[in-house]
Amino acid sequence: MIGASRPVTAGELALPRATAVRARRRWPSPLPWILPTVILALWQGSVTLGIFQAYQLPPPLYVLDAAAGLWRRGLLQQDVIATVVRVFTGYAIGASLAVALGTITGLSRRVDEAVEPTLQALRTVPTLAWGPLLLLWLGIDEPPKVTLVAIGAFFPVYVNLVAGITNVDRKLVEVARVYDLHGAEIARRVILPASLPGLLTGLRLGLSQAWLFVVVAELFGASRGLGFRLTDSQNLSRVDLMLAALVILAILGKISDTVVRAIEGRVLRWRDTFEAARP
Amino acid sequence: MSTPLRLAGIRKRYDDTVVLAGIDLEVAASEIVAIVGPSGCGKSTLLRLAAGLDTDYDGHISVGDREVRGPDRAVGVVFQEPRLFPWLSLADNVAFGLGDRQSPRASDLVRETLAVVGLSDFAGALPKQLSGGMAQRAALARALVTEPQVLLLDEPFSALDAFTRMRLQDHLLTAWARYRPTLLLVTHDLDEAVYLADRVVLLCDRPSRVQDILRVAPARPRDRRDPSLLGLRVALLEALHLERSMVDASV
Repeated sequence: MIGASRPVTAGELALPRATAVRARRRWPSPLPWILPTVILALWQGSVTLGIFQAYQLPPPLYVLDAAAGLWRRGLLQQDVIATVVRVFTGYAIGASLAVALGTITGLSRRVDEAVEPTLQALRTVPTLAWGPLLLLWLGIDEPPKVTLVAIGAFFPVYVNLVAGITNVDRKLVEVARVYDLHGAEIARRVILPASLPGLLTGLRLGLSQAWLFVVVAELFGASRGLGFRLTDSQNLSRVDLMLAALVILAILGKISDTVVRAIEGRVLRWRDTFEAARP
Repeated sequence: MSTPLRLAGIRKRYDDTVVLAGIDLEVAASEIVAIVGPSGCGKSTLLRLAAGLDTDYDGHISVGDREVRGPDRAVGVVFQEPRLFPWLSLADNVAFGLGDRQSPRASDLVRETLAVVGLSDFAGALPKQLSGGMAQRAALARALVTEPQVLLLDEPFSALDAFTRMRLQDHLLTAWARYRPTLLLVTHDLDEAVYLADRVVLLCDRPSRVQDILRVAPARPRDRRDPSLLGLRVALLEALHLERSMVDASV
């Protein structure tokens, strides 16, 4: 027999690709910073050249100054904390419900048939329409705001998880059936791990949706929070404060997205996609 | 001991099309039987029935002295594709079908089976890091680790290049010599059939029946250049009416 049980050497493994990625990651790349710098430069330049007046578009340093002023009065911290707490409470509630319900509807065609049309209808209700109703039902305090964020986070997680589950490769399920595994065992050992990519996409989209919904929630009778700061500054015609609130929202959203992406990368280390090998 | 694998009067239809029109086949203990036939003749269907993945048929399938309908622990399957679970390491993939996967005995079994297919150094690797041939060897290890009485292989090497395929055929024989399962192999590769099998079963076109059964005499290890194997290949070509290329026939 020709080399019947010849041991394979490590050279035959397709490892270099993964190592190359790791090596490249050792130095943080300057690439992500180019675009923000260009935007800042255009922003400053458009005011300096007189394309916009400073009252229309305050230059970056004015905005920084306005933010520093808020900080000194303790308002910035208060706004950021209020908004972050609402986002995370609402997201935790919405995403957990979505994972629980999505798992059940994904696994059971019957539950899916019973629930899907109603959920699809609810999904089309515009964000703004929920506001007054939630205020009416839940009062003006935190509950309506957290609920709105939860609604925002729920749908992307739910939809992507269900899609992830229903798109699991039939051939992998068949392997489990060959070993005489049934319902719950197949779900736990094959379907749920295989649907993780869908779940993580949903969790990421749900988080950005939560940031969008919190601003809407804070339009309704809030007394603190970045969304409140945005409308309040608008009423005061303080464009510098509005821009400060916008930039801080963008930064917070980016930070939370980076965290979820890092978790995604770790959990889905096994995935063999173009993303990992992209030049 | 009773016949490890017995297929009796197997009939299968999809809607109005009869695919299998009464197949009878008995495979002896540790025997290797290859099923060949034109594509679409129901070879793979027959294997799926034996694997219990499709229970909608007439007839009887028994493993040992038990009649089975549906998946059975005594029957292992290797598919055309490796079908490894991409989120599990190679060792965990191999351990998939074991009862108590955390036990020291399980990890011993996994280590031993990986050694049989020459993948000892890759226990911790993820499927995406493996070549096609390695992945298929891992799939073979996963099917063997539970020491099934019957191992079914559905064109297991057809997606591989000719050299890798020959190497894997030898891996399969090594593993077979170690575990001695009764082996039923569906293939469209006549060389593979005569090199591996004790008997080659020829299915005719739809609705298919067993057209012929050829015995492969030479003892193992066989030489791929053995003239008697080539002779059998010729006999199979004639039986399948593939003596002449289609281009010649049209001239």
